[in-house]
Amino acid sequence: MKNFAYARAENVGMALQAVAQNRNAKFLGGGTNLVDLMREGVEQPDRLVDVTALPLAQVEELPGGGVSIGALVKNSHLAANQLIRERYPVLSEAILNGASGQIRNMATTGGNLMQRTRCYYFYDTESRCNKRDPGAGCDALEGFNRIHAILGASESCIATHPSDMCVALAALDATVHVTGTNGKRAIPVIDFHRLPEETPQMDTNLQPDELITSVELPVLPFASNSMYRKVRDRASYAFALVSVAAALEVEDGAIKNVRLALGGVAHKPWRAVAAEQVLTGAAASEETFKAAAAKELKAARGYKHNSFKIELAQRTIVSVLKTLASEGGAR
Amino acid sequence: MSARIVKHGAIGQPFSRVDGRLKVTGAATFTAEYKVENITHGTLVYSRIARGRIKNIDARAAESAPGVIAILTHENAPEMKKTPVFGSDSTEMGAASSTILYLNTDEIYFYGQPVAVVVAETHEQAEHAATLVSVVYQEEAARLSFQAEKENAIEPSQVIGEKPEFKKGDAEKALAAATHKVDQIYTTPSFNHNAIELHATLAEWSEDEKNLTVYDSTQYVIGIQEMLAKKFSLDKENVRVIGSFVGGGFGGKGNAWAHVSLAVAAAKVSKRPVKIVLSREGVHLSVGGRTPTEQRVALAANEAGELSALVHTGVTQTTDHNGFAEQFSFPARHLYKAKNIWLRQEIINLDIVPNTAMRAPGESVGTFALESAIDELAHEMGIDPIELRARNEPDTDPVKDIPFSMRNITEAYRVGAEMFGWSKRNAAPRTTRDGSHLTGYGVATAYYPAYQFPAAARLEIHADGTALAQSAMHEMGMGSATAQAQNLADELGLPFDKVRFEYGDSNFPDAPVAGGSNSTISVGAAVKAACDEAKKTIHGLVGEDEASPLRGTRFDEVEFRDGGIYRTDDATKGETFAAILQRFEMDKIEAEGAAAPGAESQKYSMGSYGAQFCEVRVDEETGEVRVSRFLGVFDCGTIINPKTASSQWRGGIIMGLGMALTEEALFDVRRGWIVNPSLAEYHVPVNLDVPNIEIHFLNIPDPLTPMGAHGVGEIGITGVAAAVANAVFNATGKRIRDLPITLDKLL
Repeated sequence: MKNFAYARAENVGMALQAVAQNRNAKFLGGGTNLVDLMREGVEQPDRLVDVTALPLAQVEELPGGGVSIGALVKNSHLAANQLIRERYPVLSEAILNGASGQIRNMATTGGNLMQRTRCYYFYDTESRCNKRDPGAGCDALEGFNRIHAILGASESCIATHPSDMCVALAALDATVHVTGTNGKRAIPVIDFHRLPEETPQMDTNLQPDELITSVELPVLPFASNSMYRKVRDRASYAFALVSVAAALEVEDGAIKNVRLALGGVAHKPWRAVAAEQVLTGAAASEETFKAAAAKELKAARGYKHNSFKIELAQRTIVSVLKTLASEGGAR
Repeated sequence: MSARIVKHGAIGQPFSRVDGRLKVTGAATFTAEYKVENITHGTLVYSRIARGRIKNIDARAAESAPGVIAILTHENAPEMKKTPVFGSDSTEMGAASSTILYLNTDEIYFYGQPVAVVVAETHEQAEHAATLVSVVYQEEAARLSFQAEKENAIEPSQVIGEKPEFKKGDAEKALAAATHKVDQIYTTPSFNHNAIELHATLAEWSEDEKNLTVYDSTQYVIGIQEMLAKKFSLDKENVRVIGSFVGGGFGGKGNAWAHVSLAVAAAKVSKRPVKIVLSREGVHLSVGGRTPTEQRVALAANEAGELSALVHTGVTQTTDHNGFAEQFSFPARHLYKAKNIWLRQEIINLDIVPNTAMRAPGESVGTFALESAIDELAHEMGIDPIELRARNEPDTDPVKDIPFSMRNITEAYRVGAEMFGWSKRNAAPRTTRDGSHLTGYGVATAYYPAYQFPAAARLEIHADGTALAQSAMHEMGMGSATAQAQNLADELGLPFDKVRFEYGDSNFPDAPVAGGSNSTISVGAAVKAACDEAKKTIHGLVGEDEASPLRGTRFDEVEFRDGGIYRTDDATKGETFAAILQRFEMDKIEAEGAAAPGAESQKYSMGSYGAQFCEVRVDEETGEVRVSRFLGVFDCGTIINPKTASSQWRGGIIMGLGMALTEEALFDVRRGWIVNPSLAEYHVPVNLDVPNIEIHFLNIPDPLTPMGAHGVGEIGITGVAAAVANAVFNATGKRIRDLPITLDKLL
């Protein structure tokens, strides 16, 4: 690990100022990913600005029924929150499917959004990686890419975003609130993370001088019938090969409302817009679910070891929608 | 002549481990935790090419980094002499993992080979400075691909002391002529060591550089002592190696990896004690793992299901600098009666980190192939797989044609089938469902040889009536120290809480490597020999002593019990060890003992056996396999401690589940490095992957082994992967012959 300076911010203004002074400074939340990456030599900040003392650790019901989640709310607290469990079970389930109890006790909501990929070649500083070292090339393209992307990848990068929480947020149309030296703005979560294109070094659209302050969940009554399904290589403590976050409302046999997002398949949590279009208004049947999944995955492309993810995603989408349709509002 | 031993019944009792309290309270000191004055911290710099030479090492930036004390490279490291490689020579055991002269050569043999040691005041300073060492290489073509090198496979000179090939009759001819047969290729990937304790060495020289003390996380203190004495031209007595507690070995700490002698060299150069603790990645880079295998098993049978042919051949990888041919063909040498047998092992040499033992090397991967094939033949013939095995149960060892010392496989299957409810299995695959899951049962035989090696022990009986035995044995969590204390208590007729057993120190009498599941009986026999010696001494004292009620007795007229020695003809006449020692004004009685396997080990086929039963649930949509039930029934002779032994079997089974379903070291052949060197990406089973594992043991003594016992450390993993694969076939109708059984193979 490289030496770095450490500062603890008392308020948001101080935190922003501390980072704005140094282009190679980073905010430190729970540290469950950033500190790992520093140990590996992947991240080498000169300065860490500890934001954990900021007053951003509340989950609050908003007027009108939405929920605001402070950026410093711990993953385990968020998953256990009664409002979340009742109104947005998909979010609670997604978080509980991620990492381990110890990590969830440390990891923050903002930090979870900022997680970096688990691509083997990104982690190994001896490998070629355009995300870590722009222009260096990509060792994953011809290497072990069983865990890599099937949607939205580029020749520069086929890494996936590792978060479970963010997949649920994408399905729920959450908004990320950020504050920067130039003021505040709100970013829809589906626009928060980026596709790699030619600049995979940029995971998100967050500017270096901006700090996530909260995540807002909109009013979405039918999200009480929602779930998260994570398919992985072991029963716990493994990243998703494919995951599906979905919320479904069926009325008189037809799909009235649906939200669908995929994890483990792309450089960002993948909101399945094409599938949602097929589903909305259609009969809540297995054929519809299959057609919707197929539509979404039409653009999917497999590499040497990960083509199975296309079929796996198809099956998992159908399985989740079937479960939500059969359980209706019972969940 | 020997006095009748009156057992206190410690053997067979489920005592909790004697070091349990120390471990759960954090009081057990592991290598990295020793507090040594003036300590410094070493970090290794690893080669980032697989083959070639070092053109230049520039350590200037590292030298001027904060806290740096010394940097060792091949240009300035002290000479370290070549020493025998572990297992390479039957006349000299050796402890080196390779013939590579680390830091005494500019030659690179594998990616991850240590090329420099940075010593600094703190671990963090050393880690940082290590990143500043810049190495320029002259790269050469490397042999990295198992697949590409397969055609260059050669016959090894030996397979851990056995011939690499065995032929009886003409198996290929019998195979060609048979109507019922299977002939398949089974493959297993590279597996890497992930013991929870990272490898660590702490080296301290005396001021005159004549004495060396080394704390090491090792399975072989005597081997490390001998190796370091030779490497640094010291008298063996002046080298002390201590490894009191080891946080899991599994074979990964059975011989000395580069960091061991490099820590000693670094301490010599730094003139201060040096501690090297490998990072998790460092373990993956510089400590070898289990070779991948490609195995062919072909079986042919007559209408009655009797084998007419058994073929088990295949290839494993090793290196020019260690030469370890993993013994995958061993189970097939002992498990089945077949008219015609052909067994053959080949190796390929690659430019990689030397391969090494990992829990049941050979038998673990060998039973996957063999026991899968037996299941395939059973399915093909419509015979229950347990019944097919019973029909081919040999009367004598199939290869050596000598009797078995003990063998109760059929009984293990009978008991296991009843406990597991095997009769409820639906033999037709893909016919049993539970909601969206397909369920299935599988079974496989477990097998591991019963090894005994030479060992020695020292004993003291104290005036307070307690006893202490010492041997340079190892306690890596197996429960060995507890089992030896039980043995000691019974041999001397002392209560369990009056005895103590010390281990893990080369100052104690020699004990073998903790490998091959040998410790319990090897050291047990030595402890018994020391006890016999002490008993003779005690009887010698009292037998002629006027003050003793035992005066005039012969040795066969006394017994040792209740902390003393008593007449057999009159139970009221005798005296305690404490009384004897006090009367003779002695602090203690000392004795030494040594033991080695007898001639019976050549005259009998000695092995442990078991039956592994598995139930799996497979998600029909996603292919996810979860093991829902597991039962292991073991035939390992007398069980010294049912609690610690069961823990060993259970641990072996869990490791087998990892082998079956999740573990694989991803070796990228482009440069020869492992891309998943972390516990996050190298998937060992986690709690949720492990179901309730039931254990049963037959507890039938082996008449020819010390205590009637066999070691239990390794057999647990054998047969597990096959039991899982067979259950997956029963559940899904898909036969997976390539480990691990990940969901993509079942979609």
